[in-house]
Amino acid sequence: MSALPDETGHFGRFGGRFMPEALIAAHEELATAWREAMADPGFTAEFDRMLREYAGTPSLLYDATHLSEEAGARILLKREDLNHTGAHKVRNVLGQALLTKRMGKRRVIAETGAGQHGVATATACAYLGLECVIYMGEVDTARQSLNVARMHLLGAEVIPVTSGSRTLKDAINEALRDWVASVDDTHYMLGTAAGSHPFPAMVRDFCRGIGDEARAQCLELTGALPDSVAACVGGGSNAIGLFTAFVEDPAVAIFGFEAGGDGVDTGRHAATINAGQVGVLHGARTYVLQDEDGQTTESHSISAGLDYPGVGPEHAWLAETGRASYRPVTDAAAMDAMALLSRAEGIIPAIESAHAVAGALEVAEEQPGTTILVNLSGRGDKDMGTAIEWFGLGQQRPDREHAGNKDHPA
Amino acid sequence: MTVRTAFEKAAAEDRATLVGYLPAGFPDVPGGIDALRLMVDSGCDVLEVGLPYSDPVMDGPTIQAAAQQALGNGVRTSDVLRTVEAVAAGGAPTLVMTYWNPVERYGVQRFARDLAAAGGAGLITPDLVPDEAGEWEAAADEHHLDKVFLVAPSTTDARLAMTTEHCRGFVYATAVMGVTGAREASSGLAGPLVRRARAVTDLPVGVGLGVSDGRQAAEVAAYADGVIVGSAFVRRLLDADDRKRGLEALAELTRDLADGVRVRA
Ligand SMILES: Cc1ncc(COP(=O)(O)O)c(C=O)c1O
Repeated sequence: MSALPDETGHFGRFGGRFMPEALIAAHEELATAWREAMADPGFTAEFDRMLREYAGTPSLLYDATHLSEEAGARILLKREDLNHTGAHKVRNVLGQALLTKRMGKRRVIAETGAGQHGVATATACAYLGLECVIYMGEVDTARQSLNVARMHLLGAEVIPVTSGSRTLKDAINEALRDWVASVDDTHYMLGTAAGSHPFPAMVRDFCRGIGDEARAQCLELTGALPDSVAACVGGGSNAIGLFTAFVEDPAVAIFGFEAGGDGVDTGRHAATINAGQVGVLHGARTYVLQDEDGQTTESHSISAGLDYPGVGPEHAWLAETGRASYRPVTDAAAMDAMALLSRAEGIIPAIESAHAVAGALEVAEEQPGTTILVNLSGRGDKDMGTAIEWFGLGQQRPDREHAGNKDHPA
Repeated sequence: MTVRTAFEKAAAEDRATLVGYLPAGFPDVPGGIDALRLMVDSGCDVLEVGLPYSDPVMDGPTIQAAAQQALGNGVRTSDVLRTVEAVAAGGAPTLVMTYWNPVERYGVQRFARDLAAAGGAGLITPDLVPDEAGEWEAAADEHHLDKVFLVAPSTTDARLAMTTEHCRGFVYATAVMGVTGAREASSGLAGPLVRRARAVTDLPVGVGLGVSDGRQAAEVAAYADGVIVGSAFVRRLLDADDRKRGLEALAELTRDLADGVRVRA
């Protein structure tokens, strides 16, 4: 177990519990239930069993030799994309769903941006027989109708959020508003390692299998620890899930890659640690994209899962202490990495994860010949719409495949 | 007059204190100042000026809409202080109700100093609990500002004692488990909460969330020291065809509520 956060949920000056008093009792109930559950071998054994038999962990650590050749460094991919539902997120939702049952609550609410956490939550609720309500910004329900359909098929109710900017942060606000009124029988299943205590630490602990597995797998595969580990950072769950196992290994460099959007200097990005200021958002002191008056500003990223104007407080702490480095990766660099990984290895990554791959390529260039362990947090099926637009895929190319066959579109 | 003396004056008249809320900059900065002044003239004893914020998790659709309109018009933190200065000059104790991040961004010390200089009475902090309020409390103490924290039906007795210990001015009791918004029926949770609060503090206890008319105000006034009304005022301005009629409706509601806090039944 990590020494942080302290009793009151602080990582240094970050974290804490900036919440309406009406929700404090629920946070304390949750913190107590979580602490007791983690100390109960029955709970942890059942969590492990679900991860193994249902989610398909431990996920592979794949020696990406072709990509490594291109990169000039040895790149190992932690294949979280192979988990059930196609991302690391299944770990968090199974943990929280099991905890929900243990607390005797029957209803789950959650926010979702593009729908990944919504689908994962609906999956866990279907699996464990919990009622499920997902809040999703109206802008996103329109953009991501396929994921809305998935949630419906899994038996969840999806409520479009029309307040504020009608995106992820407003979905979180709306979920919190629901929770204030429903807290007796409802658990709020936050989708990332952000928010108020105990969420950042609890989500970290449910996701830390990523790093624990990867560390052992790397030792077995290479006989040594990696020189560096890399992950993309939205709210920070896949990253903290990987980093936690390596924080105490001073020889291992830790890199988090934020969404640089069009470039940090354009203002259109989601690089919260790189370009935000310390503030309070959704219950924690952390870095926040905000204007001079402390109003949250909109983030931008080609990747919906990284498009959030805050970041988990433990990442703020790791950045401030210098234990981890956080860098921006632009949309363009991420999409290049998506294409490269697809062609070099036959693995189509989620665009979120492609940010980590792009970042790792950068590290490889700076430190050739080293070993870089990258969290491939999710698969790219969900991103094909974006990829089609970005690359102009699926169109006939008269000058190549269809040369001389113009009258017969394939 | 301080918030505390406003409550004492009302108690001496054997009635509850009427506390009225509007966000600053709604419908615009001068319009908001006019509306708040009219609320005092029509019977509000204490004012709460809301600081419009992009992520108001404790607010229902009505106050969200007003805050969003104000932000859309470009309202700034400095406009909130300007509003406080304009309305506090009329003599009614004027608090700012604000989510925490805008204060932190402005600078906690600087905000306390400028609020005091504007004649403001203190802060109501819906998402700042005493557990995280060290810096604010030090600044408030230095500038003699009130610190109004919220208590809720879910607040344990231990937290109730701790939280009221940290309050100055009055204690804000939220009547329901839910967000702001006018409600038809009164809450059964508020009375017991006020009783529990009274057991641990001598501060006046105001009850807010959901009060929409004089009848409900009278019900709350029967057991609480103060009746806090927000969404119902905002609604009057949102629903009016024009500004003049909005202000008329606002004055009418204020008089109705002011009668209610004097009936206490
Ligand atoms: C595949 C994948 N990776 C990463 C993320 C970003 O979230 P986090 O920073 O919490 O890992 C998401 C979020 O939707 C995702 O779907």
